[in-house]
Amino acid sequence: MSQVIQDKVIDEKLEWSRINADVIASMQSPRRAYWVALAVCIAMLFCAVAAEIYQYKYGMGSAGLNNPHMWDMYIATFVFWIGMSHAGTLLSAILHIIHAQWRKPIYRFAEAMTTFSLMTAGIFPMIHLGRVWNLYWVLPYVSDRGIWPNFRSPLVWDAFAISTYLSSSALFLFIGMIPDMAILRDHTTGWRKKFYGILCLGWRGDDRQWRNFRRTYMLLACFLIPLAISVHSIVSSDFAMSIMPGWHITTFPPYFVAGALYSGCAAIMTLFVALRYFFRMEEYMTLNIMEKTCKLTFAIAMVWTYLNLIEFAATWYGHNIYDKELLIDKATGPYAAVFWTMIFCGMVVPFTLCFQKLRRHMPSMLVVSILLNLGMYVERWMIVAPTLAMSHQPHQWDVLWGTVIQWAIVFGSFGWFGLLFLIFVKLFPCVSMYEVKELCFHLKHEIEEEEHEKQHAAKAKAGATAGGGASPAGNPGLEGA
Amino acid sequence: MSLKNILENFSYYRRDAEAGGHHEYEHRFAMAIDLDICTGCNACSTACYAENNLPVVGKERFEAGQAMHWLRVERYWDEIEGDYPEQGAKMIPMMCQQCGAATCEPVCPVAATYHTPDGLNAQVYNRCIGSRYCSNNCPFRVRYFNFWSYYEDSWPEPLRMQLNPDLSVRDKGVMEKCTFCIQRIRNAKDKSQREERPLVDGDIITACAQACPTDAIVFGDTMDPESRVSKAWAKHQIHRGPVTAKKQKADEEIRGYRVFDELNVDPSVMYLERVRDTEV
Ligand code: SF4
Ligand code: SF4
Repeated sequence: MSQVIQDKVIDEKLEWSRINADVIASMQSPRRAYWVALAVCIAMLFCAVAAEIYQYKYGMGSAGLNNPHMWDMYIATFVFWIGMSHAGTLLSAILHIIHAQWRKPIYRFAEAMTTFSLMTAGIFPMIHLGRVWNLYWVLPYVSDRGIWPNFRSPLVWDAFAISTYLSSSALFLFIGMIPDMAILRDHTTGWRKKFYGILCLGWRGDDRQWRNFRRTYMLLACFLIPLAISVHSIVSSDFAMSIMPGWHITTFPPYFVAGALYSGCAAIMTLFVALRYFFRMEEYMTLNIMEKTCKLTFAIAMVWTYLNLIEFAATWYGHNIYDKELLIDKATGPYAAVFWTMIFCGMVVPFTLCFQKLRRHMPSMLVVSILLNLGMYVERWMIVAPTLAMSHQPHQWDVLWGTVIQWAIVFGSFGWFGLLFLIFVKLFPCVSMYEVKELCFHLKHEIEEEEHEKQHAAKAKAGATAGGGASPAGNPGLEGA
Repeated sequence: MSLKNILENFSYYRRDAEAGGHHEYEHRFAMAIDLDICTGCNACSTACYAENNLPVVGKERFEAGQAMHWLRVERYWDEIEGDYPEQGAKMIPMMCQQCGAATCEPVCPVAATYHTPDGLNAQVYNRCIGSRYCSNNCPFRVRYFNFWSYYEDSWPEPLRMQLNPDLSVRDKGVMEKCTFCIQRIRNAKDKSQREERPLVDGDIITACAQACPTDAIVFGDTMDPESRVSKAWAKHQIHRGPVTAKKQKADEEIRGYRVFDELNVDPSVMYLERVRDTEV
């Protein structure tokens, strides 16, 4: 069987009107599981809001924080969500630039994931502030008292980096959707028609518009890649710029970026399985695409593992007594169970992605991807908590597992993210229609070309053997079916 | 306008890394604490509570690690053989070390903690937004955060009458720490100004030093070579600035050290090692 046909990520014979109809139908009548998920998310969010109101009223002590543990799960969760946001950029911008066609049916929801996980991440530095009502002091607004934020502080860099990344990725998401908005405008009725009519910004699909669109899209993609990398490097400098053992590590920026891509890819796998089921997208989110995502995830997982091992080795052989002691404590001390969970989920579980049987089995991929994300979550926690628990000053050593309030807010953040995401996929097409059409179009041509060549070769062969029985060339059209 | 200010005084703001902190110190307040005569009585800690309006948080919150003791007397144990294992107890009063190169300062996003020309690491309560990064980056872990609002619980009427009017009561969400009793420094400076004379050694005494029954805590200005603390620092060969080489202890008498000196944070508190005679 030819390579093109075997690797083909979508059935190239999908008609364009079918694509439109399928995607629009998905936005109108999802399976019941969608509504269940929506209800669960709202309930989770409700827990978090209640907890946050309590914490706002009575103070940060209600989260159980204490003297050595000034930061805890809030910051770990913040890093986790920031990390999630990197996969969208990877799929839509990096793979766009290197012309990986298979990204096309799935990049839209990955990009939405970027925007929403950033919106979730951005909440955490806010709610963890002692006096959140003075939040705007972090921004460099001109005040007549001549007071500026402290530009040396990584937290100020965070504020800049995250707001830049959030606005650019939201813009990127929106621009990529314009042609689809126009399709929706033409195919829907009622309020939806008005809504998409405004959002498509007068798209008519003429030549000039397409050319400008492509240029803008490429430009934004190029802008977004360095931005994504810098954002997580800056988040890592929250830790790397301090002098605490286990934080003051020079490999942190690449390590964080790799971790971010890793957890992001795992999240894409989870959402892939979920959306495929909720919206009956089996024809668009095909198993071949899943396979490719899995392979990508595996490669990134190995990079992350490597960087992690380097970090351990550097700590072990560098003779910094505080760092070394902390590393030993992580592996054997009170946090040992969490530490080994991280090692297992982050470094061992990805090897399941090596098996094709598993890669094509959706339920097990759901479990694996959730395990991977669990590993990445506790990884972030293992960066934040043990350093605080066992830093320089032994008198202040303490282990913290958080209180109900803290857990509720962390838990609720998943609800908040899920809610935003589920609303998004109901309002906007989670599969990019025009790019899927493009993909089908290219694929058709490629296959035709291949068939052509084959027939050509067969003919030449037949000519050479000069009527030697039946033609050895099968019918490639049958194999593709 | 502030932007104009920055542009005009650019050379002032553009300090090179080595200069660090303030160029022109007026004073550099410091301490010397003799652990050999410290009995671990906690009088200093109590005095600090009274002087600085520190809330008493109660048993539960103390156990949760949310106590507000700016000065805590840390107790460590050496394993000692023999009839009197109590001999192995070691006390060390630990408060903010007012580091010369304080790691807590550069990380504050709103510059609520900064260095004063007195060599102090000051905390501006009104500016603090409670990101708690400073505390995370303090190797001594001596910054305390108002995790709750303590005003109602800690000073029920009529206890409010005992609050020190020279400084504020902090509300929830604000970081605080030992200030070297900045209100006393302020008062002494004002007094000396009124009397038109320079500040002399002994004008300022911190609450902890005042309360110490054995006079283990000595407070003063290291820029004044005649002060008690300067003499103590000189005698024990402790100098300002980063550590350059390992100190050689030729003399038994030289017992001075600064905690975590190897981190190059330039602490302003010198401790004198405890002398233990294990033969007794
Ligand atoms: S002891 Fe801690 S809080 Fe005090 S100046 Fe040094 S780093 Fe800052
Ligand atoms: S110098 Fe003042 S604020 Fe600092 S520990 Fe002593 S009494 Fe407390």
